[in-house]
Amino acid sequence: MARSTARPRPRAQPAPRGVAEARSLFDREILRQALVDAFKKLDPRVQVKNPVMFVVLVGTVVTFAESITHPGKFDWSITVWLFLTVLFANFAEAMAEGRGKAQADTLRRMRSEVEARRLRPDGTEERVAAADLVRGDLVCCEAGDLVPSDGEIVEGVASVDESAITGESAPVIRESGGDRSAVTGGTKVLSDRIVVRITAERGKTFLDRMIHLVEGANRQKTPNEIALTILLSVLTIIFIPVVVVLQPFGRYAGATVSVVILVSLMVCLIPTTIGALLSAIGIAGMDRLVQKNVLAMSGRAVEAAGDVQTLLLDKTGTITLGNRMAAGFLPVGGHTEQEVAGAAQLASLADETPEGRSIVVLAKERFNLRERDLGSGHVFVPFSATTRMSGLDVDHRRIRKGAADSVKRWVAQLGGRVPDELDAIVERVARAGSTPLVVAEEATILGVIELKDVVKQGIRERFDDMRSLGIRTVMITGDNPLTAAAIAEEAGVDDYLAEATPETKLALIKSEQEGGKLVAMTGDGTNDAPALAQADVGVAMNTGTTAAKEAGNMVDLDSNPTKLLEIVEVGKQLLITRGSLTTFSIANDIAKYFAIIPALFVATYPQLGALDVMRLHSPSSAVLSAVIFNALVIVALIPLALRGVRFRPSSSAAILRRNVLIYGVGGIVAPFVFIKLIDLLLVALHAY
Amino acid sequence: MIAHLRRSVVSILVFTAVFGFLYALAGTGVAQLLFRHQADGSLTSYGSTLIGQNWAGTPCPGHPLGSCVFHGRPDDTGPYAADLKARVAGGDNPLVANGVPGESGATDLGPRSKVLLEDTRALVAYWHRMGVHPTPDLVTTSGSGLDPDISVQDALVQVPMVSRATGIAPSRLRALVARERQGAELGFLGSPYIDVLRLNEALARLVAASGR
Amino acid sequence: MGFLWTIVALVVALGLTWRFLGSYMEAVFDGRVRYLAWLEQPFYRLLGTGPDNEQSWRRYAGSAVVFSGAFLAFGYLLLRIQGHLPLNPQHLGAVPPALSFNTITSFVTNTNWQNYGGETTMSYFSQIGVLTVQQFVSAAVGIAVAIALVRGFSRRSSPTIGNFWVDMTRCLLYVLLPIAFLAGVVLVSQGAVQTLAGPARIHDPLNHVTQTIPRGPVGFMGAIMQLGTNGGGAFNADLAHPLENPTGLTNFLYIWLTLSIPVSLTYTFGKMVHSVRQGAALLTAMALIFGIWVGFTSYAEHQPNPAVAAAGVVHQPGGNMEGKEVRFGDTSSALFNVSMTQTSDGAVDSATDSYNPMGVFGTLTGMMLGEVTPGGVGSGLYTILIDAVIAVFIGGLMIGRTPEYLGKKIQAREVKLAGIGLLVMPITVLVLTAIAVSVHAGRVGPLNHGPHGFTEILYAMTSQGNNNGSAMAGLNGNTAFYNVVGAIDMLLGRFGVLIPAVALGGSLASKNVVPASLGTFRTDNAMFIGLVVGVIVVVGGLTFFPAVALGPIVEQLSHGRFF
Repeated sequence: MARSTARPRPRAQPAPRGVAEARSLFDREILRQALVDAFKKLDPRVQVKNPVMFVVLVGTVVTFAESITHPGKFDWSITVWLFLTVLFANFAEAMAEGRGKAQADTLRRMRSEVEARRLRPDGTEERVAAADLVRGDLVCCEAGDLVPSDGEIVEGVASVDESAITGESAPVIRESGGDRSAVTGGTKVLSDRIVVRITAERGKTFLDRMIHLVEGANRQKTPNEIALTILLSVLTIIFIPVVVVLQPFGRYAGATVSVVILVSLMVCLIPTTIGALLSAIGIAGMDRLVQKNVLAMSGRAVEAAGDVQTLLLDKTGTITLGNRMAAGFLPVGGHTEQEVAGAAQLASLADETPEGRSIVVLAKERFNLRERDLGSGHVFVPFSATTRMSGLDVDHRRIRKGAADSVKRWVAQLGGRVPDELDAIVERVARAGSTPLVVAEEATILGVIELKDVVKQGIRERFDDMRSLGIRTVMITGDNPLTAAAIAEEAGVDDYLAEATPETKLALIKSEQEGGKLVAMTGDGTNDAPALAQADVGVAMNTGTTAAKEAGNMVDLDSNPTKLLEIVEVGKQLLITRGSLTTFSIANDIAKYFAIIPALFVATYPQLGALDVMRLHSPSSAVLSAVIFNALVIVALIPLALRGVRFRPSSSAAILRRNVLIYGVGGIVAPFVFIKLIDLLLVALHAY
Repeated sequence: MIAHLRRSVVSILVFTAVFGFLYALAGTGVAQLLFRHQADGSLTSYGSTLIGQNWAGTPCPGHPLGSCVFHGRPDDTGPYAADLKARVAGGDNPLVANGVPGESGATDLGPRSKVLLEDTRALVAYWHRMGVHPTPDLVTTSGSGLDPDISVQDALVQVPMVSRATGIAPSRLRALVARERQGAELGFLGSPYIDVLRLNEALARLVAASGR
Repeated sequence: MGFLWTIVALVVALGLTWRFLGSYMEAVFDGRVRYLAWLEQPFYRLLGTGPDNEQSWRRYAGSAVVFSGAFLAFGYLLLRIQGHLPLNPQHLGAVPPALSFNTITSFVTNTNWQNYGGETTMSYFSQIGVLTVQQFVSAAVGIAVAIALVRGFSRRSSPTIGNFWVDMTRCLLYVLLPIAFLAGVVLVSQGAVQTLAGPARIHDPLNHVTQTIPRGPVGFMGAIMQLGTNGGGAFNADLAHPLENPTGLTNFLYIWLTLSIPVSLTYTFGKMVHSVRQGAALLTAMALIFGIWVGFTSYAEHQPNPAVAAAGVVHQPGGNMEGKEVRFGDTSSALFNVSMTQTSDGAVDSATDSYNPMGVFGTLTGMMLGEVTPGGVGSGLYTILIDAVIAVFIGGLMIGRTPEYLGKKIQAREVKLAGIGLLVMPITVLVLTAIAVSVHAGRVGPLNHGPHGFTEILYAMTSQGNNNGSAMAGLNGNTAFYNVVGAIDMLLGRFGVLIPAVALGGSLASKNVVPASLGTFRTDNAMFIGLVVGVIVVVGGLTFFPAVALGPIVEQLSHGRFF
């Protein structure tokens, strides 16, 4: 079914200026370096890694030998162009690596040689180079210091400028304990003092890993790439005898078969286009991910992202705007709104979450409650995942706010009564898509605070896109089932997990995987670590704990949970680019046969001239045109390889149709046209 | 490995006995019981109706050799004639290494073969000498070298020759041909044909009946 | 007109066969068919194995290879001592060593390439006890392997893929034996000869000709010969011989018999993976290519023979009748030969060597596509599944997912195995052809000169490498060179695909299934059929285009020239 194109597609947020800028394709510096590297890569030891291009190199040597023993313009031209074919392939790979290296250099510049203030066991400080720090060392950082290496805050709280890594200039709070304890090497402490325990091995900080990944050196081939390389090798192995036997065949027919033309035919037949561009595609794919500020631990993770069938998305921050806002106070059991507001405000004074603050603000706005004098002897009761309540103990008044069933249980424990209308109100709030927090003081339930969630704009369309790709979206939230259902409905997710705990998240992932599906999720807290490790694609927020980052296989430097959708697209785009260029490469062979076979045998069998459908000028110009086309097409497709084939989420049938048409049919037709054009050009230039 | 070998040996013996001998013997038994005539080769006192014969050498007193009978495909005629001295059996081109007496086979000459061109020219000349304008079937050999059939048109072009040699009116001969025509199986499988042996048997009866 | 009705009748007959034979075979290999259990069970006890002893792919392939090898040795022995064995009314001596080697290899590999004429070389004992047995057994081996590969798709996380001995036995007892026997009776009723009496000698008083009429247990051999896509006839003229293929009806019956199992196995495949549509998709790909080939080959044979026209007989309404039988005609013969070259059967009812160039092109290239349309019994299905795996790999990449076929991920190992299965045949055929055209022993083989001669050699190697067995019989293959080279060709062409197919089955069976979703690459729609056809034609075309250009194509373009 044709998709309506009139629907406005929400544009992804422009990527914040991140560590890796998208460089223009024609960056002078990279081009120059790539040219140099292209020659360096002619080393046979490098060539051997790419079977297809290695065969081309061998062929070049053969034609070179022929050109020396039987010099001729034609033989030399072929030799030159075969050499250029190998060179162009090297150039493609060097271009891709060059872009990566540019990013790596930017990163390296960040990792300036810092001095660290290491704490000795007795508490005194010593100054050491950042590079000498080992895992477990304790360092101290104060306002103005650069964090020397990746670590975990064990003491103190500070405001940190992470713009070097994320590009975000707004400082963030990092503190010991809790989920915001990780700091990255290279970031700057703006205020206060923290003590950091180093968690990265020497040379293995996130920055180091990013550099390593992006440089592409010693890149391991990913599973899919290995499979494709095998297929390309098989095709190469088949075509070698196809060409070699033409010598004896020709002799039987009484023809002398030119070795140079045979080599040309072989080079044209083997899938040089995809063979040349394969590694560049892989490298460029990783780089595209880095441009989106995502650090992938391995290429496998990126490929797995393309295969994901289930996405686990946190509600807060991904599907809804991060912060819920207090919207109203609903009293029960004869209490007044003001009573509810007052208690709610008290219970939220120590609550530093935006929700808590919004409660305080709302109470102030509605009932002018401010400057609450708590007197001495007050104890703030912080929120915990197990109790799911928070509050305040003051003057023998214990005020609590939290999830309905938690507060009801607490009240019941104290011997209090639950008013009848409470459940009805809670349900009403939940059905409306809001979160109800029940407020109680001692054994009396006062009322309900309504916190409203706001679904992000445009998120529904993105989920539709995912669905058309066959990906199921699941919303994870700590909300109660009713609230979750309402928001799920509004946002358009396929399923939801309400009242989620780390255990239930893990169980969900496992059950999906048992059904044979691949699961992707995002997370940031330490309690997310098991789930992140279990998921096939685990994206940890950079603001999260080190444990989370270690457990996952990707890190999002922007800490943007929606990034998961883009990661999936990059993964798919990588595979699509490979597949399309493979099809194109094979489809090209047909036209090349029609150019070269008549050229080989028309002297003995003039009748074969009927096969020369392109009406090429002469056998030499025909072969030369085919070889030139074969070489130039590599260069022409470098931008496509680096940028990736255009990928718009739509049904797989539509994507397939489009690509088969462009790269399959187009791959058959294009060479006919271009070989003819090159032939005409050669004739015009008398260059054959 | 040993287990594989052991099982192989057992299977080989059992299969050879069952799917070789039992199958063939049972098949032969049933065939002989139900369709004896066909199973034995469709034999008549003149030969097998399914095996083509050489009619070109039939003596016809007062007339050229072979002119008083209808001929089949030239499998054993002209350049492809049997020549015991040269150990060439009918239906085989001597150039075929299989040229072994008693074997069926075709000429296997390609459509652009000079040899085929010359041989066909020789056959055309032969037919012209016999007073017949040959159809393609009469100047081409069959795949088996033993084709027992000809088409209706092949028979009709021979009517003038047979009529001259036997004295029977062409119209009666044409009627004879029409009677001997067998249609394709079920009306459409294969092509209509005339069994040459049967045709000549009927011709012999016709000749005898007209008192010659 | 008659030809049109023949096609219609064939399509209808095959349609019914596809449905009913296909589902019958699925039941047979699942063990639900038991009416011959009184034969089956004791045999398992004798073997020491049974349906409960499943095998890994290594043991399965090992059984197949050891079994075939042992049978090859046994058959070779019998041929060599033929002179001392009974049932030899023609009093034939031992079959020469090189010829024995080539012949037994040929029958064990389901090729049935014959460098000999049956009437003068093989005693009834050999025809019955060596050759006919192989026609049953080699067919069963092929079908068993196909079923094992399909189990790779239908099972999940399974270390085993079946039991070779059980699969083979079930195939022989329940599928091949009953159908062959019934077909044999019908063939005999139409005139196929079936007797153990020796040749008949009859003197014809009408023309004074004494004939020696060869006979033998031919009709029933013909039945299994075609049902098992073997193709090796009792007589030199194969199925052109009137005592083996007497009427247009038997001709049609043979065509239907040959196509029946390969076509029906696609239904069996679909049934085993719980989606008949999947099998129908493969069948459609097969039918498309088969139909096109029948079309242009029949058209080619309906054209006049150039030599005959140049000799003076220009008007040839019946088409090119050189080397053809009157009772069949030009187009039915073309249909027959295309059917045989695209099922790896290889029988002929007319002389391929005498076909017009585009007719030869049709039969030759039909084999070069790898014998997958529909291919031989079993081998057609397992080879087209290999092609489909490649198609799925490339197609899956193009939609951005790790490719999966019927829920099984296609990864490096599967691509490697499918790749090996894909490349063995072209390399073997081309290299051996190159050797044959280069050495003196090979160059003296062809009967015809010029490109037609080259085609004869190419055809021989293609035919044996694809386990087809048809020949442009002008080539003298009964020399030490062609016998030995041919045997190597056949062994590589058979086991070089069979073993990777079993390994692929094992690899797939051990995987778990990824559930299908909207994003899955579909393997039962027109796009998939197109991709499979594309893979078959493009790979076959790219590997053989140069060779074919030097053979039938150049001959076709040679207007007015004779060689």
